[in-house]
Amino acid sequence: MSSVLEAFETMTYGPAPESADSAHAWLEGHGRSFGLYVGDGWRPPATGETFETHDPATTEVLSTIAQGGGDDVDAAVAAARAAQPEWWGLGPHGRARHLYAIARQIQKQSRFFAVLESLDNGKPIRETRDIDIPLVARHFYHHAGWAQLMEKELPGYGPVGVVGQVIPWNFPLLMLAWKVAPALATGNTVVLKPAEYTSLTALAFAEMCRRVGLPPGVLNIVTGDGRTGELLVRHPDVDKVAFTGSTEVGRAIRAATAGSGKKLSLELGGKSPFIVFDDADLDSAVEGVVDAIWFNQGQVCCAGSRLLVQEGVEQQVIAKLRARMETLRVGSPLDKSVDLGAIVAPVQLERISTLVDQGKAEGTTCWQPSWACPTEGWFYPPTLFTGVEPASTLAQVEIFGPVLVSMTFRTPEEAVALANDTRYGLAASVWTENVNLALDVAPQLAAGVVWVNCTNVFDAAAGFGGYRESGYGREGGIEGLWEYVVADWQRDLPEAAATSAPRAADSGPGGFDLPAIDRTAKMYVGGKQSRPDGGYSYPVLGPQGGIVGEAGLGNRKDLRNAVEAARKAAKWSRTTGHLRAQILYYVAENLSARSSELEARLAAMTGSSAEAAAQEVATSVDRLFTWAAWADKYDGRVHGTPMRNVTLAMPEPWGILAVVCPEEAPLLAFVSLVAPAVAMGNRVVAVPSGRWPLAATDLYQVFDTSYVPGGVINIFTGDPGELAPTLARHDGVAAMWFFGDRDGGAAVERESVGNLKATWTSQGKARDWYDPRQGEGQEFLRRGTQIKNIWVPYGE
Amino acid sequence: MTTTQTTPAAEAAPPSTSVSTVEPAPGRGEPAPSGHSHERNPGTPLELGWLRNVQVNRSAVERRCATLTTRRSVKKTWQAGWLLRAISVIDLTTLAGDDTAGRVRRLCAKARNPVRADLLAALGVEGLDLKVGAVCVYHRYVAEAVAALRGSGIPVAAVSTGFPAGLSPFDLRLAEIRASVADGAEEIDIVITREHALTQDWAALYDEVRAFREACGDAHLKAILATGELGTLRNVYRASLVCMMAGADFVKTSTGKEKENAVLPVGLTMVRSIRDYLERTGHRVGFKPAGGISTAKDALAWLILMKEELGPAWLEPELFRFGASSLLGDIERQLEHHVTGRYSASFRHPKA
Repeated sequence: MSSVLEAFETMTYGPAPESADSAHAWLEGHGRSFGLYVGDGWRPPATGETFETHDPATTEVLSTIAQGGGDDVDAAVAAARAAQPEWWGLGPHGRARHLYAIARQIQKQSRFFAVLESLDNGKPIRETRDIDIPLVARHFYHHAGWAQLMEKELPGYGPVGVVGQVIPWNFPLLMLAWKVAPALATGNTVVLKPAEYTSLTALAFAEMCRRVGLPPGVLNIVTGDGRTGELLVRHPDVDKVAFTGSTEVGRAIRAATAGSGKKLSLELGGKSPFIVFDDADLDSAVEGVVDAIWFNQGQVCCAGSRLLVQEGVEQQVIAKLRARMETLRVGSPLDKSVDLGAIVAPVQLERISTLVDQGKAEGTTCWQPSWACPTEGWFYPPTLFTGVEPASTLAQVEIFGPVLVSMTFRTPEEAVALANDTRYGLAASVWTENVNLALDVAPQLAAGVVWVNCTNVFDAAAGFGGYRESGYGREGGIEGLWEYVVADWQRDLPEAAATSAPRAADSGPGGFDLPAIDRTAKMYVGGKQSRPDGGYSYPVLGPQGGIVGEAGLGNRKDLRNAVEAARKAAKWSRTTGHLRAQILYYVAENLSARSSELEARLAAMTGSSAEAAAQEVATSVDRLFTWAAWADKYDGRVHGTPMRNVTLAMPEPWGILAVVCPEEAPLLAFVSLVAPAVAMGNRVVAVPSGRWPLAATDLYQVFDTSYVPGGVINIFTGDPGELAPTLARHDGVAAMWFFGDRDGGAAVERESVGNLKATWTSQGKARDWYDPRQGEGQEFLRRGTQIKNIWVPYGE
Repeated sequence: MTTTQTTPAAEAAPPSTSVSTVEPAPGRGEPAPSGHSHERNPGTPLELGWLRNVQVNRSAVERRCATLTTRRSVKKTWQAGWLLRAISVIDLTTLAGDDTAGRVRRLCAKARNPVRADLLAALGVEGLDLKVGAVCVYHRYVAEAVAALRGSGIPVAAVSTGFPAGLSPFDLRLAEIRASVADGAEEIDIVITREHALTQDWAALYDEVRAFREACGDAHLKAILATGELGTLRNVYRASLVCMMAGADFVKTSTGKEKENAVLPVGLTMVRSIRDYLERTGHRVGFKPAGGISTAKDALAWLILMKEELGPAWLEPELFRFGASSLLGDIERQLEHHVTGRYSASFRHPKA
């Protein structure tokens, strides 16, 4: 039988290989061996060590890669440092031209990059050709625009300096683009470490940048394994670290950079829910699952790996899904008719198999298609677990492979509860034809990205990043730029004084005059005053060392109670901005009515003049007006993503936000920090000035008379140096602000790793709370919220 | 090491298996019969509840269609085989105001010999007896076509029921069907009254198609939805289901006269309705995209859609047809290119 006849009769697809010649020619041109790209060109690793990179589909060695060591990282950081002033000095238009040239060149070499990426990573050529590389070009185009607009759109901001970036192996060149484009656009220079399994496209990219004239030192590529990454993130001359990878490594980086003053953004793991309501287009939802968990072999941080199906349609959905899985094709990544390619490395394949075995051992039902995977190379078939309960290992652990777990829910409320039953919060997908339901559920999901009736769609104009232990910071959109800039006024702030601990004091014996009525400042928890759990108080001293009052000495149980009260006040986060504004105005009104009392209190504690005290109170009233004004004006955006959809970037409150106030300006700093947090819908657990806490405790009655709901503002007094690390360790606190000395800030950053809470510390600097730029900028609103991007495609 | 190993992609399981593994939704219809069935779709009672639950998300459907042909690629020898298959399922069509008996005879001659014999020999398929799926004409030319095709095994299809608008008197539409059947048409391509779909009067549509089916007798009924005039994909899905419930043997997208012709999102929607109907009733219904399909590349995309979504049974003329007039010419050129390695020209191939 002729082969054409056979094709006619069998109607099989046959092979459709993409040629890898261009990639192999490039590798040969480099002798299948690469150095590091530092400064103006290649250099051999000072370590003399190399390792091999493989084609996961064949296990063949593609090339040797240099293992960057300490000297190499030093050289790269030095090159970046040397280039940075001139790169920034080039100005917006100059940088825009460079980024534009990069975008154009990526397009001109698009197939080469697509083939090389597929070869090195094992992902299907369809994905690199149609998704990864086009998004890389798009990212540089978009950020060429931000480079051009930066001075006008971010006035008063400049680059952070030298940025150290560590990226994963699942989207090697795309993650590079997400990191490099915003960094360069905003005038930073970069040292980037690609993942050791997938260094090739980063090296080809560096070479391409050289060809299009990017100045030396602006972009440096240091290859190597985790040791190289650690050297980079710990390097003292790196000003900012950006990392994408596992939550475990993210934690280590947070701990390693604590107190260093480095800015940090983390994009970490996920266990993202894929929610199918019974009124969804089920066939389309099943295709969505394919895009959610079998995209890039499931090696996607935002993979929809937990399928939540409404109980009434579960059987139907599972049947459709299994039928669809039968038609998936696993094979050579360079075959154009393949849905799933190879797993990146044996260690990853091993992890997937082990977790699948564990799932089977736990008694859940494992299903795989009837066809077999290629045995040569590192392949794993699409896998579906049903009968999975939230308590199952597979429902909680990130597998990072083509393995889907499925469970059911009864009501929208239960869907949200199950979806949020995870430490992660990267993404979520919601399928329903009911717009009311979609827009009700999307804001309730603890996830940085919510895709309605779609999944795994990305664009440079929309921010991407997680809630909870999926990290902090955004990549893409204007929200992503903030990670790479710093306000000019912040560069030369004075050091904050060391936080003073409560001291014992003796104000001497009393006289025979009629004594003042003893006033007791207590804790303020859940709208009620309560005595400190420990039963201890500490003296608050005046300027001469005399006791002007006493404050409760808070301990970890007080803190626990305060957080619990804040948890119960969850309704506040769903109130309208208008309501929050009204309450804050009312706080200002009532505070103003008690000006003289507060002025006297401030003067007595701090020894400031009557005029200064009056100014502090007046400024506090003014500031409350500012934050009340903002409560209903800090709008989100609708991003212009190039698809028929609206991408809503919504600022959402963190939930429970801990605030540790500085010693100075005990009333004004407290108001400046707590009010914006509350205005944005957070419930606050606040530690006022340790030395002068009584101005804050005087506000209880103001809050009560202003109808601040119980639990929205909780105050506990004590030694901030002791309380702050304890707060930072509380896993129920989503974010934390710390204003105080350097050691305190370092401790907060170090102790925040438990739940990877987003921290904002003063880095040991003192602010001038009377300066509006420093005391009431939009920075407070940005820090008081996290951006959720909700994608809603439309069209009937 | 300069060549890459190409691991053969795991072929999908035969979709007849994949379809039959789909369990019917509990409490609905009858279970799917096992094995291959060529029995005609007898239809079902009208189930309005089923229609009400229909959901189609246009954006998601478009996304699936956008990646159908980027996820699958058919090259070289396989492409030649697939293009021959495409020819075998063409309803070679002429539906012009200036049709004549002579024009129809020429079309029928092409239907018998769609590809030059020397090309077939070069492809190694000379023994294939390649012919198109049917010839499709207006009623006036049915007898002429039947005569011209006698002995070839190629059925004649007649567009009917006041094609293309379908708004002539109901009795006349029934009479037109009967007349075409009497003249020897084995397939009747009816058009639905779009108003019934646009006003959601599904009972009226059901009754209409039921009546057409009765008038067809043993001739197969293809229901043209004129999807370009139905407004939404949801309507397309519902109208398709109603026609199947009323006993249509095929559902067909377009007359070729609407402002929007056969496009993949509409095709995917109808194909999913066919699968839905199969899963719930066990009856197989064919699919015919028509209008605007004019290139070999288009044809491959539609074949990929059928293979992926319904399986290989829907790559046979019993369950799949293209309604096309100029498609064959493009396929001929592609086949010659496959044989010679040179791009071909239309005048090298006999006209339809």
